[in-house]
Amino acid sequence: MTAACPLGREPPAVVLCLARIGHSYLGRTVVDGIDLAIGASEVVALVGPSGCGKSTLVHIAADVVAPTRGRVERAFARQGMVFQDPRLMPWASALDNIAYPLALAGVGRTARREKARAAAARVDLAAEDLDKFPVELSGGMRQRAAIARALVVAPDFVFFDEPFTALDVALKRRMQDLVIAAAAEARFSALFVTHDLAEAARIADRIVVMDTNGRGLVGERRLPGAPGSRDDAEVFRLVSGFLADDPLFRHVHDIDERRRA
Amino acid sequence: MTATATIGAATRAGRIGRFLWAGWAGVAALSLFAALWSAGHRAYGAFILPDPVATLVAVGRLVADDGARAIALTTALRAIEGFVLAATLGTTLGLVAGYSAASLRLARPFVTLLLGVPPIAWIVLAMIWYGSTDATIVVTVVVAGLPLAFVGAAEGVATRDRGLDDMARAYGASDLQRFLTLGLRHVAAHVFPALTVTLGSSVKVAIMAELLANTGGIGGALARARADLDVETATAWVLLAVAGLIAAEYGLLHPIRAELERWREAARPWGVKR
Repeated sequence: MTAACPLGREPPAVVLCLARIGHSYLGRTVVDGIDLAIGASEVVALVGPSGCGKSTLVHIAADVVAPTRGRVERAFARQGMVFQDPRLMPWASALDNIAYPLALAGVGRTARREKARAAAARVDLAAEDLDKFPVELSGGMRQRAAIARALVVAPDFVFFDEPFTALDVALKRRMQDLVIAAAAEARFSALFVTHDLAEAARIADRIVVMDTNGRGLVGERRLPGAPGSRDDAEVFRLVSGFLADDPLFRHVHDIDERRRA
Repeated sequence: MTATATIGAATRAGRIGRFLWAGWAGVAALSLFAALWSAGHRAYGAFILPDPVATLVAVGRLVADDGARAIALTTALRAIEGFVLAATLGTTLGLVAGYSAASLRLARPFVTLLLGVPPIAWIVLAMIWYGSTDATIVVTVVVAGLPLAFVGAAEGVATRDRGLDDMARAYGASDLQRFLTLGLRHVAAHVFPALTVTLGSSVKVAIMAELLANTGGIGGALARARADLDVETATAWVLLAVAGLIAAEYGLLHPIRAELERWREAARPWGVKR
């Protein structure tokens, strides 16, 4: 990969480009030398062992954290982000939480509530739950509200930071289906951080693997077919293939996070 | 939308109803207090503890008297002026200190120092600085109340949810937007209890300062009642001050807090509301 960002030059047009990204917290380098380009309508899963700096990288990509080194270029208008915990404002109703990005953008109260209702419908949040406070909702409902909040701005790019790690298996699956459907419908690009290879194999067009110590990306695999088209058997075959035969994924699961400095 | 508004109005009406209904508990507690007071009066006589009914009659006399009303108003204005100044200054400084870790570290010893000095010492200093004027009382009230408001605001900022800040940043919120939509809302939950305490201490400190500085007001009236050995009037003034404080707290501060803390109410299990 080169450091130059080919934004919008070649089809499919690149909409997010990270060039030689590095970041240090209090002098300790967390990630370094990361190059990544993501095309329009492309869903990229970023995998790597716990504590390798995936989360830091997605925060940098989403402009939440400024990188210590390197350059980020973005060629999209609106972005959404879903975090591991829902991060809803406890004092606001689910509806006002979903409408929050629109409030920041200065959209009028009636218009933004209308849009928030539509976004809530897309993630199957019941209308009667929208007036409840986050504390009255179940974990799955809260995460649905967080996804609706990302969709309400009609994003061109959505960042996912291990959004479904805390959910149980059935719920996780439903949420993944929701993201797959939304991505297919709205044609947004996405950077999806996860340490679950099966999740990556279900929802992504391409998997990129991060180095154990955050020193660059060690490689990538393009997945066959569209994200929604792979059935369970194929996902299982892909993942077991990755783990058995592919040296790229060897370090993804066998890491003891307690040994990390 | 109208349905939502109706439900919202209904829950609000329910909350107000519960708030008023809880007044019975207050009335019961007050009745118990009156009974104990009456027992004390019977045991020790009218000179030590006047009859509750006689005191209430004295309160009625004071309320009807124009001069007494002016006295109460003087104290109320001084206490409110001091409270508003302490709340505004304390909260603003607390916000600044909360957002800047270095100034908070510098400010902490100051707060300890201010809280450590007894209010009575401030009254003496203020009397020397300002003589027997309104300023003496107001300054004492401000000095007594400011640290509380400061600590409330600073603690509020320090305990804010940084995850929410990151979320807002991801959606393109400016620093000012984050402060207005997230910071202030969180700080309010911490500042309100502090302000309740500050309001109470404002009235108490104002009366004490008036008594010591001989500057009129309820404190001055208490000093005169003591000189005349008029226990009934003294108790009546105390009762009036307490009644005013209770009215301010339950009529103003509690409803505002209930409105801000609706979600905490919602978090309680069904049937355990209050």
